[in-house]
Amino acid sequence: MKALCVVIGLATVMASSLPVLAASDPPPGAASCSGCHSGGATGSSVSRLNGRDAGEIATAMAGFRDGSLPATVMNRIAKGFSDDELRAMAAWLAAQK
Amino acid sequence: MSRRKFCSASAAAAVTALVSPLPALAQSAARIVVIGGGFGGASCARALKQIDPKLQVTLVEPNRTFIACPFSNNVVAGLRSLEQQKFGYDKVAASGITVVALEATTINAAARTVGLADGTSLAYDRLVLSPGIELRFDALSGYDEAAAAKMPHAWKAGEQTLLLRKQLEAMDDGGLVVIAAPANPFRCPPGPYERACLIAHYLKTRKPRSKLIILDAKDTFSKQRLFQNAWKELYPGMIEWISLSQGGKVNAVDPATNTLITDFGNHTAQVANVIPPQRAGRIAAIAGATDNTGWCAIDPVTFESRSAPNIHVIGDACLAGAMPKSAFSANAQAKTCANAIATLVAGGSPAAPKLINTCYSLAAPDYGISIAGVYHPKNGSLADVEGAGGVSPLEASRDFRAREADYAQSWFATITAEVFG
Repeated sequence: MKALCVVIGLATVMASSLPVLAASDPPPGAASCSGCHSGGATGSSVSRLNGRDAGEIATAMAGFRDGSLPATVMNRIAKGFSDDELRAMAAWLAAQK
Repeated sequence: MSRRKFCSASAAAAVTALVSPLPALAQSAARIVVIGGGFGGASCARALKQIDPKLQVTLVEPNRTFIACPFSNNVVAGLRSLEQQKFGYDKVAASGITVVALEATTINAAARTVGLADGTSLAYDRLVLSPGIELRFDALSGYDEAAAAKMPHAWKAGEQTLLLRKQLEAMDDGGLVVIAAPANPFRCPPGPYERACLIAHYLKTRKPRSKLIILDAKDTFSKQRLFQNAWKELYPGMIEWISLSQGGKVNAVDPATNTLITDFGNHTAQVANVIPPQRAGRIAAIAGATDNTGWCAIDPVTFESRSAPNIHVIGDACLAGAMPKSAFSANAQAKTCANAIATLVAGGSPAAPKLINTCYSLAAPDYGISIAGVYHPKNGSLADVEGAGGVSPLEASRDFRAREADYAQSWFATITAEVFG
């Protein structure tokens, strides 16, 4: 029994490397954003999202969606996502380097 | 089961892994071969390596330099050099991807191997095809590769782009330019109409007595009202669009006389830009991934081929439901496919994705219009998320159009940096 506990303990340590990989799993829609929103400095007119405050991103997306925030294209995109999806995307983008 | 759920459940499974560590090692060393180094393939290779650096990722692309199609209409119009469209694979290789500069010639789906032009082969656990398009030289009477040297398609950026540019430069003021646009589906649905705009921009400033006719095999096209408004506003009287029902479908061409032949008559052009029908790049058919349309049917969650197991198809070569064949789509599909493959090789089940497409066109250098869409798997395909997407407003200020033109430039800089930089 003691040996089994050691085995489980070891196994948990080994498995702990896997959730790191899972943390990079983008929620629905989030992987597309980097097509326009640079992760680095390119002197782009389009704002950088990676590492930005999650609340700020989610609030902006909600504003684009209901039209309270002016947009060219983001109003059309934000309408494709629910509140939960926008929050998940914002949290994921905020966690990106 | 998503990869996240799979991973949280895997603490228990790790007991088994400890007893028999081989499967875990095999997972981390999965071999992924990607064929085609354009916006789809190079994006997918880089995304795979980023998701899991342990994956063995090989990118097979015979060309040392990639020449981008988006913004190549600016090259046709003399607004940009072809050099600005060129990208190399040094950064792709530096990110840990093996770049093989050879053509893939055969695929053995049962043995999971790719045969290369030098006679060697690559083994894979998962294969990604992103071969882009092949022009159907059998689809338009009189139009073959030799004819394309006289009547350029310029639908693959490079020498053809420059040839069309040179012909426009050599044309007299008062000449006639004819663009033949194909039926759907084809690479870059708004491309022929953006091209008409930018050629008209060149003609207006340099050869203002000239005319441009679009002979179309369709009755409707992408961003139609926006383009038509732009033609009226920016190039009054210069562009004529002849739709399918007006007799616009080109049935044959005669390169000797630069003539385009329709049911309703012939058009002899000084410059004839013939964009023929297309199909998926040749390797997709060799892989058994094409159907009778000439394109590749795919699973909307993983982009795995409907007919060739363990082979995924992304970009222009696949039929992605409502998603158009654009560089943005290819890039978004590449990242979705990479996530799905990483999940699959780890033994999980990929969750349903959502994808976005944004596509800008320039009606003039400072006049941009766009279409956007959000897509999700529905009834085995990718469908529009209802209520989302659509085109730029029909009534918008010139400032709005200028901002969209600026965003178009930003998009190109950003996406090429992500893919090649």
